[in-house]
Amino acid sequence: MSVKRGKKAIGRMALITCENLSLGYEGREILSGLHFSVNAGDYLCIVGENGSGKSTLMRTILGLQPPLRGDVNIGDGLRSTEIGYLPQQTVVQKDFPASVWEIVLSGCQGKCGARPFYRREEKELAQRMLHRLGLSDQKRRCYRELSGGQQQRVLLARALCATGKVILMDEPVSGLDPMVSAELYQRIRGLNQKDGVTVIMISHDIAAAVKDASHILHIGSPVFFGTKEDYLASPLGQNYISEGGVRP
Amino acid sequence: MTAMLEKLSLYLDYPFVRYALIAGVLIALCSSLLGVTLVLKRFSLIGDGLSHVAFGAMAIAAILNLTHDMPLILIITMVCAVLILRNGQNAKINGDAAVAMLSVGSLAIGYLLFNRFSQASNVAADVCSTLFGSTSILTLQKPEVILCVVLSVVVTAAFLLFYNKLFSVTFDESFAQATGIHTKAYNLILAIIIAVIIVLAMNLVGSLLISALVIFPALSAMRVFKSFRSVTICSAVVSVLCALAGILIAVLAGTPVGSTIVAVDMVVFLLFYIVGTLTGGVRV
Repeated sequence: MSVKRGKKAIGRMALITCENLSLGYEGREILSGLHFSVNAGDYLCIVGENGSGKSTLMRTILGLQPPLRGDVNIGDGLRSTEIGYLPQQTVVQKDFPASVWEIVLSGCQGKCGARPFYRREEKELAQRMLHRLGLSDQKRRCYRELSGGQQQRVLLARALCATGKVILMDEPVSGLDPMVSAELYQRIRGLNQKDGVTVIMISHDIAAAVKDASHILHIGSPVFFGTKEDYLASPLGQNYISEGGVRP
Repeated sequence: MTAMLEKLSLYLDYPFVRYALIAGVLIALCSSLLGVTLVLKRFSLIGDGLSHVAFGAMAIAAILNLTHDMPLILIITMVCAVLILRNGQNAKINGDAAVAMLSVGSLAIGYLLFNRFSQASNVAADVCSTLFGSTSILTLQKPEVILCVVLSVVVTAAFLLFYNKLFSVTFDESFAQATGIHTKAYNLILAIIIAVIIVLAMNLVGSLLISALVIFPALSAMRVFKSFRSVTICSAVVSVLCALAGILIAVLAGTPVGSTIVAVDMVVFLLFYIVGTLTGGVRV
């Protein structure tokens, strides 16, 4: 019934291990008996039907809501606050007056603790992340005036300011056109392969998922968890891919 | 023009006018600082709701014949503010519905109590002055002004200290929580600060017009400026200048203080709206 944070996982050293996890809201179970683990450097794609509990799983891993049963173990020296998060956009953000710089810098807020202002290292980190995601020229621009792809890159830069270890993404390409999506996928792939950032992504886009991912978690009945190769060989995977996944 | 200036300098010799200016400017400053956060969090009407709660609390204080009604009003308003804001963006009853419920509920109860149990002879005038602020800001005594100054300093200091945290929590509560920010604690601090401001501002503009003080400067600033910092600074400046202008006009023209300030705020909003439309906004 608890989320054990900061403890090492039993058995092999995984960053995140979910054991016999049941998820839901207010006692209503939407998903049960979930077992899977994520190791450093993995690229895990979470796929499944709408309403199958993908976002709930993500919120549970982040510690935003408690699991109904089972455990989420955060291990291998990872702290629960070292999980970056690229959420779906909220209504509030649509007309929020904030500059790109202010938003990216706010990713460092978790490092501040009770300290009210940012240190120079944190500003430098934010500056590097802006540069890494090709946003240096947009630093002073207003967030709400950016294109959808640029906005996602800003939120990605913010998540990278919070941590360079694990990033959870909730449908990062939804609402983006194919060209921009491809570019964003390429950046995420670069982060995973070059910088060793562990990626956990919810995706509707099964084609892109099987292209980049190392592991697949298919939520539904039955649940599948394993490497991409095993998934592609399984009847479930073949069936899902031939349907072209689920369109949002 | 010179006649007006003479009249003004004459009025400024009276301590009550100076007190009104000091209190008015400070209250306007505090309310505008939090206005930006409240508007963006979709809690524009919280000022309205809480001030009605304060009205209800005032009715209770009046019935109990309390001479110092301030502590009771402050506590009741704080509790309600915490109840509304505690859940943040993930509440079971939506923020606006919760605010509306509390607002009309306490207004009704407050009036009911006033009407049924008040010992004052002129209930209608009492209620009216509580709702619209009447001229009570011009009757402030020195201790009240000192209290007002102290609370304003505390509110402003808290805002500056928590500025970066408030930004994170306002922009994206889930992200902030996931990366280890105690969002519940900051929502609580926000609620308490708001309650303090509301109770302070009731003297100035009355409980019906407080929302104007909270939202107009923020909305004006958001028309033109595009970063959180510039919006906050602009909104504070606009709010202070409008309050100053409003009080002076009210004193000179003999109009009600609260509604004059709000009228000035509206005119300024209109100007900013036009400027924002013409320029497409300024990048700062």
